[in-house]
Amino acid sequence: MSLAPPHRRELRVTANEALGAYRVLRVAAPDRAPGESAPEPGQFAMIAAVERWGGGGDERPYLPRAFSIARCREGEWHFLLEDVGPGTKRLCELHEGSALWALGPLGRPFALPAPGGRAVLVGGGVGIAPLAILQDTLAGPAPVLLGFRDAAHAQGAALLQDALVATDDGSVGHDGRVTELLARELDSAEAQAGRQQPVVYACGPPAMLEAVRALCAQTGTPAQLALEAGMACGYGACYGCAVPRVDGRYLRVCVDGPVVDASELAEVVEPGAYGEVPA
Amino acid sequence: MSVSLAGLDLANPIINGSGTFDAIAAHASFGDALCEVFPFAAYVSKTITLQPRAGNPPPRLFETAAGLINSIGLPNKGLRGYLEHDLPQLERICATARPAGARTAGVPLITNVMGATAMELEQLVAACDQQDAIAAVELNVSCPNVSTGLDIGADPEQLREVVAAVRPATRKPLIVKLTPNTADVPACAIAAQDGGADAVSLINTLRAAALAPARAARSGERWLGGGTGGLSGPAIRTVALAQVAAVAERVAIPVIGIGGVQRASHARDLLDAGASVVAVGTESFRDPATGSRIAAELMCVAETQM
Repeated sequence: MSLAPPHRRELRVTANEALGAYRVLRVAAPDRAPGESAPEPGQFAMIAAVERWGGGGDERPYLPRAFSIARCREGEWHFLLEDVGPGTKRLCELHEGSALWALGPLGRPFALPAPGGRAVLVGGGVGIAPLAILQDTLAGPAPVLLGFRDAAHAQGAALLQDALVATDDGSVGHDGRVTELLARELDSAEAQAGRQQPVVYACGPPAMLEAVRALCAQTGTPAQLALEAGMACGYGACYGCAVPRVDGRYLRVCVDGPVVDASELAEVVEPGAYGEVPA
Repeated sequence: MSVSLAGLDLANPIINGSGTFDAIAAHASFGDALCEVFPFAAYVSKTITLQPRAGNPPPRLFETAAGLINSIGLPNKGLRGYLEHDLPQLERICATARPAGARTAGVPLITNVMGATAMELEQLVAACDQQDAIAAVELNVSCPNVSTGLDIGADPEQLREVVAAVRPATRKPLIVKLTPNTADVPACAIAAQDGGADAVSLINTLRAAALAPARAARSGERWLGGGTGGLSGPAIRTVALAQVAAVAERVAIPVIGIGGVQRASHARDLLDAGASVVAVGTESFRDPATGSRIAAELMCVAETQM
């Protein structure tokens, strides 16, 4: 697991490009601190604009925002953004040359499949971000199943290669839920007797993650879920990102996750129950 | 720039507010680099209670204009879990932590404790007294009295009695963290001093509530799982300045000033208002190196003025 230096770093925006309803923000990767390695799939950074962070809607944002590192290549980190609040709005405004604060990489990454093992990637909405760096990292091809609400959002699927898409409104790809694609994939995997069971890697809204968790529990498929929760710090200080564990205690998404084994959760609670993620 | 706080020698005047920095989690996130330039000249633990606490149900955070309401609920492993699991790790981290301005490693560990009664607090303080790794104890008195429902720290007479009851349990420095949610904070500070406190720290968070935003499923209902929470951050800086000045004027014991400090000039303001030491809290959430940055800036200014 890559360890960040214990301070935020000022990074320079190299590009901010539209991708359907999303934007891909690219920044020059920081110089590596001693002992620091490249971000691993599933790790995140707490980011904030250096200038004019504050003064938006309700005089926010104040805190930095947690974003998966969607890609790390050619000396750049990529973030996938969607303008849904004062913080994301400000980040979407950044342009080449803008300065960005970043603390990270932080958190527990995905555990990669064992050599020869198979993976299935399942994403929803802006939560497809960590699957891109995961796909870049995997040794072999793996099915990629992505769900979006409509055609504009479905353009985000271009972040990954060879994705099968489902949309809620049926405008692109499969008309329905991405978990229906997953059920089909797991069925066909089961049919191929003798083949090794895949590991499901998932990130997306809580309702999607819960559907993935339930399906994987039912079929006995191991699954790793990348969670999201409102957090102030990203490194275990604020205790704000508590999510109930199967044993009734709370885990901190920032340091015990964001990637957790599905067996650690009794359920992924409905949207809003964890608290609105400051956007 | 080194300072003495109730018998503790600090390399610089910047420490952390209790509950705003988990040194164990930070060490896991950043490795030994955390200790090479440790953000604080003393480390204050999260609040420890006799029994383990899971903390409040989420949501626990609400971002406000220039601030944050938290309703965390003091999750901790309980006294026994703290002593067995956390203390050995904190001892190692504090022993190797080198704060800004220090030639050698080592920062004092201050353990913050909370109890609902004087007897509970006395048990906690007595247990801390037995530990060489603990340099000082801070009392969190923002806990409702089980019979009156009033925060122990909100009523001067009750506070004096509690501090006086706890005082004999330790010879280590005893700090009382005052609550700002009361009519007369200086009267409470004097009560803490009369009860035998070696220092007071203020301000704790201001009680606050938030409603779920219009677009949320629970629109109009209380947002935080705990109902109310505590407001911190730049939004409370001016309140802190007024309360620290008012308390420092009235007590002879040292004052730890806390509230909305983001840069050296804010720390300077609290020091000028009579604080001996300044604690950084919410700003560390935005940058874990805030404490050492402020300490370095203060020392830089001090040097140029010599």
